[in-house]
Order: sequence, then structure tokens, then C-alpha cells
Amino acid sequence: MTSWQNNRAARDARIAAGSSVARGKIVEAHDVTRLLEAVVRPGDRVCLEGDNQKQADLLSRALLAVDLSRVNDLHMVQSGVVLPEHLDLFDRGVAKRLDYAYSGPQSARIARMLFGGKIELGAVHTYLELFARYFIDLTPHVALIAAVSADREGNLYTGPNTEDTPTVVEATAFKDGIVIAQVNEILETVPRVDIPADRVHFIVKADKPFFVEPLFTRDPAAITEGQILTAMLAIKGIYAPYSVQRLNHGIGFSTAAIELLLPTFGERLGLKGRIATHFALNPHPALIPAIESGWVRQIHSFGSEVGMDDYIRARSDVYFTGPDGSLRSNRAFCQTAGLYACDMFIGSTLQIDLQGNSSTVTTSRIAGFGGAPNMGADARGRRHPSEPWLRAGAEADPDSPAPLRRGRKLVVQIGETFGDKNVPLFVENLDAIELAEKLKLELAPVMIYGDDVTHIVTEEGVANLLLCRTAQEREQAIRGVAGYTDVGRRRDRGMVARLRERGVIRRPEDLGINPLDADRSLLAARSIKDLVRWSGGLYAPPSKFRNW
Amino acid sequence: MEDLSFRHPVRARAGGARRSAIVGVVASGNLEVLVERVLPDAECAVEIKTAAVGFGEVWSAVIGDFVERYSPGGLKFSINDGGARPDTVSLRLAQAVRLIAENGQ
Repeated sequence: MTSWQNNRAARDARIAAGSSVARGKIVEAHDVTRLLEAVVRPGDRVCLEGDNQKQADLLSRALLAVDLSRVNDLHMVQSGVVLPEHLDLFDRGVAKRLDYAYSGPQSARIARMLFGGKIELGAVHTYLELFARYFIDLTPHVALIAAVSADREGNLYTGPNTEDTPTVVEATAFKDGIVIAQVNEILETVPRVDIPADRVHFIVKADKPFFVEPLFTRDPAAITEGQILTAMLAIKGIYAPYSVQRLNHGIGFSTAAIELLLPTFGERLGLKGRIATHFALNPHPALIPAIESGWVRQIHSFGSEVGMDDYIRARSDVYFTGPDGSLRSNRAFCQTAGLYACDMFIGSTLQIDLQGNSSTVTTSRIAGFGGAPNMGADARGRRHPSEPWLRAGAEADPDSPAPLRRGRKLVVQIGETFGDKNVPLFVENLDAIELAEKLKLELAPVMIYGDDVTHIVTEEGVANLLLCRTAQEREQAIRGVAGYTDVGRRRDRGMVARLRERGVIRRPEDLGINPLDADRSLLAARSIKDLVRWSGGLYAPPSKFRNW
Repeated sequence: MEDLSFRHPVRARAGGARRSAIVGVVASGNLEVLVERVLPDAECAVEIKTAAVGFGEVWSAVIGDFVERYSPGGLKFSINDGGARPDTVSLRLAQAVRLIAENGQ
């Protein structure tokens, strides 16, 4: 007779095996490797919670120590490959196959291991794409997650860094998988229930709090005058004319400069309330002066940021908070919000080619995609109108009848023509192409495709690619803001001049921007200490950002 | 160190009445620009002392574009460069010509 509940039976058998090393749901830290040997089977799909920020570090170390005769050849399906242990698993043979989204700090090593054949790569995804596959063809058998606290029944409090946890648990627990959580403490009652107990099978109290990296803190002291000029161009050349209210910012210094110019330059232009009111954004400390000046009405966050907890708690009108008062973040929902409910993405990149394709890959590093491709893409399923979206659509396609014309999301790449160590931002060919050839990948890892990019902003000006009618115009519009890079110097000067007459390219003087304003005195905060002051002492920056 | 010198004929005299102005600082990756109104109205000169050797071609392109965009007739620019990127040089020159066009001394 056919059985239709094999997976449920297998799950129950795993729970029974794991229970031998647990008391109730609670497992001692020194027994975790034994628990994993009891619960995990060879070849399992395992999600080892490595988010953009928080890491299930205790569970990573425990998994690395398993007896290889019992646990091997795992298929890791996790958004972030961030800790060295995440890759040690492949070196040791605990894991074999990998599907992931982001590998920031491990980007060089992951490239070496892929090239050396240590890792069998499924694909590099965007966050939302990997989460989607959790529910279709990459459903985890076992999820190893991180939370702040648990009660004895297994209710979990994830704290401000909820991030990916609800998504991972949803896919695992409701498809006969096992959920194991590391927590910083076990309490009688958790401050709020982020994950209900019946989705959690085992709990481990970690000897120290899970690791969280401050990824979104940009020290205003490091913002250059070139970045200030570029930020002014973006505000006056894009935010203002399109009246962009709903948006996402990338994490670079250029967007930090924009955040710090809203209460000064933006105020002077009379833009308060007209732009930058609703964000899909992590709690960037650089946005504190704009929030305190009454610019920002609402922010939904992918994750949290170290040091921002008390500030967020005190500004619950702006942030999403739980009944306990602390931030509730959620990466999957915030990515969806950025994709469907924002009219603009603006962020930096490492390389832009002549078609406007951009990539953060260099030949020796694979940083993955994270969320930028979802933020920086037109959502083809979008149906609600808004002023910026309709206007961008009309610029791209002036001839179609308005009721049948798609709008366009504004996808803006911002940066200085020369980046770190004088490396040019603009290139004839992306390094990503060479890397794809070297690793025999079917797709070159392109962060944002040129056909999604609507504007490029550098200190030389704003290029509006929506107004370009041919591939040649597009190329010259890009060359026309590429400054003194080789790409910029090979421009067709006559054509660039004509594009400028049409407003496809706009220089600082075309926008009435005074170069003398490109001065650090225009920043609402010029140091981390200024941000603390703006926050009324509520922002508590991590020690590496304190220099007083 | 390298010394470079450029002279350009210019369409029009730079605005303002100020005799001189100074912007920027001599520091790594930065530069100081002294601008003086000492030349005939249809001339412009740029004298550069730079810490980075071998970038004459880029300097020539940067100065050429600057003269075309801002028409700084009558001005002499003296640059002390600490290896600034071309975009920083462009910004400082634009600031210098703007500053000397403002009122007062």
C-alpha cells in the first residue's frame, strides 16, 4: 500500500533520535554535535542560518565537528556564506553542494574553492529568489537558526535582527523538517513571540551571544567632497523632479551623503515632505538627522543595525516594532516591499559597462548578490500607479497611449568615477564575464542589468538613460558622465554635447549647483559623535566607530 | 615632483572683481589652488606642481575641459597637488573660479 506520510514519519524518527540528547527541547551546548549527528542525514538540504547580519555561529561550529561517517555530503541552502566555518564545512567534506545569495567577507575564499572544485555550486541567488526556492525545490530538511531567547516550550524571540528566520522556519517546519535554534538565553517568558514553539524542535543555549556585524554604519567623517557633489546632483537632478517619496538606499558613502544632505541642502530646496518619506531600509545611523528633522515618515527594515536598538525603540512612529517595543525586521517582506512598493533604488557598485550593466564581482572575488538585484529591478508584476513610476515610464516610451504604458522603477547607480585606490568605476567589459568563463558559469554574475538602470550619477553629472533612443546614445550618455576614466575620455564629444542639450546629460551647472557647496560643512552630521548628538544620546555606536 | 604649465586662449573674462582666492589643502589625494586675476582678459594660465609624475596627458584633458566649461579669462591658477584624482582637481578648479567671482576680498 502506498504511504503518503513518509516525510512526517521520517521527521518523527529524527525528533525521537534527537530527543535522546535533549531534556524536553533543550540541549546542552556540549551535546550539540551529538544532536546533529542524530538528526541530520547524509545528503540533507541544510539551512545554516547565515543572514546578512546575524549568524548561528555555535551551530556552525557544532556542525563542523560531526563524525563524517554519520553526516556528510550535505547540500547547504543558506542566504549568507559569511563565517569561515561556513566554508570549512566544504573543506572537511561535511557539505558538498551550495546554493546561496551573499558571501561578503568570504568572497575571495569562495571563489578559490569554486575554482578548485571544493564546492559544487547550484547557483548564486538574490535573497528573494533563494527564499522562493525554499518553498519549491530547495526546501530544507534541517534548519539551524539563531534567536535572542527562548522559553522552555520553544517560543523564540529573535530581537531586532529577525531577518530571515521566519522564512526559513516556515519552509522547514511546515514541510516535515527539523528546526534547531541557538539562543542567547532561556527565559520563563520571552519578550515577544517571533517564532511559535510548535515550529521549533530543539533549543541550545549558546555560551555567548550570536555574532552580528554592523554592516550599515558609514562614518560621516569619511565622506568626501566629491561624494557630497554627487549627492547634491542626485537630490536636485532625480529626487526632486520625480518627487521620489518611496525608496531604498544602498549602503555606500554616496547614499550616506544623500541622507546627511536632506536636512541641509534638501531643506534649502524646499523638498521636505515631498521626497524621501517612506523607506525600505535597514536602520542606517546616517538617516538619524533626517528623521529628527521630520523628513521620514516610515521605515521597514530587512534587518537591524548594531547600536540602533534604543533609538528605534524611542522612534516607533517611524520603525516597525513589536509589543515589547523593539524592532521587528523581516528580510523577505522588506525585499518584497523594496521590489513592489518603492519607486526608486539608488546604490553604488564597483563596475559599470557601456550598456549600463553593473557588477560587484572582480576576477578573484564572488560577493554574491544579496538584495540589490531585487531592489534594482523593475517589477514586471507591478500594477499600482505613482507619480515617479508613471513619469519614468513616459520618458522611456513617450509614444504609447498612457493607459497601456507600463511605468518604470527608477534604478539609479551612483558613484565617483574613480573608486577606492583610483580604480575606475567604468569599464569596457565587466570582470564578471571573465569570471564566468573561468568558472564555467552559464550566467555572468551581473548585479543590475543595464536595461533596468534608468540613471547614472557621478560627480560629472546625471545621465538619464530613459531618454536614450538608441544603443549608441546610451553608450555615449554613459561615457559622458564617466569623467577621466578611459571610458570617459573615449567619448564622442559632439554627441555628448547634443545629449546635454536634450537634457539626457545634466552637469552641476545645468542644475544650478554651486561647486562651493560641495563642502563637508553641508553635512548635517560630520562624525559618528554628531549622529549620537542628533539622536539625543539614544544611538550607541559600536566601539570601532568611537574615536572620542 | 613634476612641474606642468598650460596656457589657453579664452572666450571671455571671468566674472567678479576679486583679485585672488584660494581653495583646498595640500594633502595626500587633495590639492590647493591659488587663483589670481593678473592676466589679460583673453588669457588663462595654469601652473602645476604635482607629487605624482607621468600624468601630463590627464592634466591636459582636465585643464582643457575646465577652460571650455568655465571660460576663466584673465586668471592664473597655481596648483600644489598632493596626487589628487582628476575629479577632485575639476571640483577644486570649479570652486576657485566660483570663489574669485564672489564679492569682497
